[in-house]
Amino acid sequence: MIRNFVLAGLAASALVFGPTAAEAGRDLDAIKARGTIRCGVQGPSNPGFGVPNAQGVWGGFNVEICRAVAITIFNDPSKVEFVPVTTQSRFPALTNGEVDILSNNSTWTLTRDTGVNRFNFPAIVFFDGQSVMVPRRLNVTSAKQLNGATVCVQPGTTTELNLADYFRQNNMTFRPVVIEALDELRRAYDQGRCDVFTNDFAALAAARVLLTNPRDHVILPERISKEPLSPVVRQGDEELTNIVAWTVFGLIDAEEFGITQANVDQMATTATDPRIRRLLGTEPGMSAALGAADAGYMRAIIKAFGNYGEIFERHLGTNTPLGLERGLNRTWTNGGLLYAPPAR
Amino acid sequence: MTTTDRPTAPKTAFWNDPVKRGLALQAGLVLFVVVVVWAAFNNMSANMLARGLTFGWDYLGRQANFAIGEGLISFAPTDTYGRAIVVGLLNTLRIAVVGIVLATLLGVAVGVMRLSSNPLLARIVAGYVEVVRNTPLLLQLFLWYAIINALPGPRQALPVGPGMFLSNRGMKMPWVEWSPALWPAIWALVAGIVASVVVAKALKRRREATGDAPPVLPIAAGLILGLPFLALAAQGFPATLSVPVLQGFNFSGGVELSPEFVALLLGLVLYTAAFIAEIVRGGIVSVSKGQWEAANALGLPAPRIMRLVILPQALRVIIPPLTSQYLNLTKNSSLAVAIGYPDLVHVSNTTMNQTGRAVEVILVFAVVYLTISLVTSAFMNWYNGRVAIRER
Repeated sequence: MIRNFVLAGLAASALVFGPTAAEAGRDLDAIKARGTIRCGVQGPSNPGFGVPNAQGVWGGFNVEICRAVAITIFNDPSKVEFVPVTTQSRFPALTNGEVDILSNNSTWTLTRDTGVNRFNFPAIVFFDGQSVMVPRRLNVTSAKQLNGATVCVQPGTTTELNLADYFRQNNMTFRPVVIEALDELRRAYDQGRCDVFTNDFAALAAARVLLTNPRDHVILPERISKEPLSPVVRQGDEELTNIVAWTVFGLIDAEEFGITQANVDQMATTATDPRIRRLLGTEPGMSAALGAADAGYMRAIIKAFGNYGEIFERHLGTNTPLGLERGLNRTWTNGGLLYAPPAR
Repeated sequence: MTTTDRPTAPKTAFWNDPVKRGLALQAGLVLFVVVVVWAAFNNMSANMLARGLTFGWDYLGRQANFAIGEGLISFAPTDTYGRAIVVGLLNTLRIAVVGIVLATLLGVAVGVMRLSSNPLLARIVAGYVEVVRNTPLLLQLFLWYAIINALPGPRQALPVGPGMFLSNRGMKMPWVEWSPALWPAIWALVAGIVASVVVAKALKRRREATGDAPPVLPIAAGLILGLPFLALAAQGFPATLSVPVLQGFNFSGGVELSPEFVALLLGLVLYTAAFIAEIVRGGIVSVSKGQWEAANALGLPAPRIMRLVILPQALRVIIPPLTSQYLNLTKNSSLAVAIGYPDLVHVSNTTMNQTGRAVEVILVFAVVYLTISLVTSAFMNWYNGRVAIRER
């Protein structure tokens, strides 16, 4: 909250006093000159997606996306500086250049893509939908029974807007409790200040883990919106946009082709499928077109983190506290929405 | 021809002439400010252009699409960003006005109590002042918010008075339902206040002339309460009372003080009152001991010495720093964002986030806070002029 003031103020003052922006390719050049990528993640932490461990080293789904990009650019997953941002401060932080890339469950929308924000959403990494969580004792089974409810929601999110749309559409009223700091908002819900906590389904699953009694809360089945979550970069540097997009596509392709952390080295040498050989750099060409640091960048990424499915299962899947099903986030070959354009 | 010219003083260089030097310095300063503002504006335009941003106020008329938890005027997601900002502004003014009144009352009481000859009382309030003054306000707000949220839910609300319920949804109280039939009563109230002022002035003149007059208070109370009562009685009491009833998730009816409002109010009032108490104490101590002794010698009882002799003199010392505390309280109310009270900054932040209009939104709330502060200062300066010593 204070931070948000500071960031908002900075965003404004950067426009007033900061240096004039340079040419295209500037962001990638700046990242290379600095030697690290600044990656904005949901602060203070978001279980499964981005959490610092006891040593302060970040891990999680969104975090590994940034580390994968670091391998593409520097061939080194450690060259990332993680910057915690809030829902309110994230876009000013990106506009302002405080971060180079947001990897914090931001929804791709028209106005964020075009409008005054002018961001790029390189590739969808998670197909989500907004849901509501209620205490089990209220015996609510559908979001349509929530007329008159008090709802805890984060400001500056698509969630906040969808919520208003949904209640309006169903002729219901609600009373918002809007707190920016996610942990403060979760505490308010946990203490019973709100009847309902609304967020993207995956984020609710993450929040539920941190409640006093996670079993006392249910996430209702309805998805009241489409929430395609993607990393975000500033418009104006298509090289960086491409690197982020094709790093994500590489992870998706790897799952589709059956390349895993365990078999990637063997695949790289023995595979005969030209698509696999191109992806892993056995047949050269792709990495240079993309501007990756090393021909075997996807091989290094998969060796470090596995394919999309492995990253998902490790941080978000059914064997984790979040317990998320793959759902829409299966590859298209398995009936999901993950579909990468051909790398050729 | 003989010259009769008087010997002229040697011509001084202009930088040694205080008048010219002063003018030059001021001109230099003005030039500096103009250049800085011009450079800032130019740079902003260049930066905004480079990022494809435009400057404009058209967003104020666009549909906001988000909801606001509470406000003095109604707000629906279909209303505009402009109206959202007005709702936020009114919420800021509401917390500032109520906060300033309560903090002043509490601060004066605590300041006087700290000087009490009763050591228990004096030390208890000293403890309060020291603890509250020396911990961060933000921390205190979180504490109050957590305490209020720890109250039982609406279905187990604590009945704290007739028709009054305290729960983690805030304080619910019965309230008069609005109807146009209430206008005569409101005008009667205004008339009562005006009449009281007139009567009080007349009585004061009489007391100064003759040394004897009936006390003002009962007459004023009779006018202020009695006139609206008569107005209502003449219409056969048209007002209906809306009483909170538990319905579905929450109470409906009555009026509600939200937990966010109560927590923010508690935090701001207790925090600011501690500072005001110290200012009041300092003011009282600054009045010379002789004034106490003289008033004592006249046989005035202690409370009247305080009210009639000491406080009027202490006010001269109290008012200027008190003004800063009022300004602080108003500006500190922007910490509301931390606990979700939809004040100006809270609503503006959301607007900024949804529209991307960082410069315009920051400009709006900078101008609004500046205006509020200047108006408060102007009023307090006027009041300070009234209580200042008049040389006779």
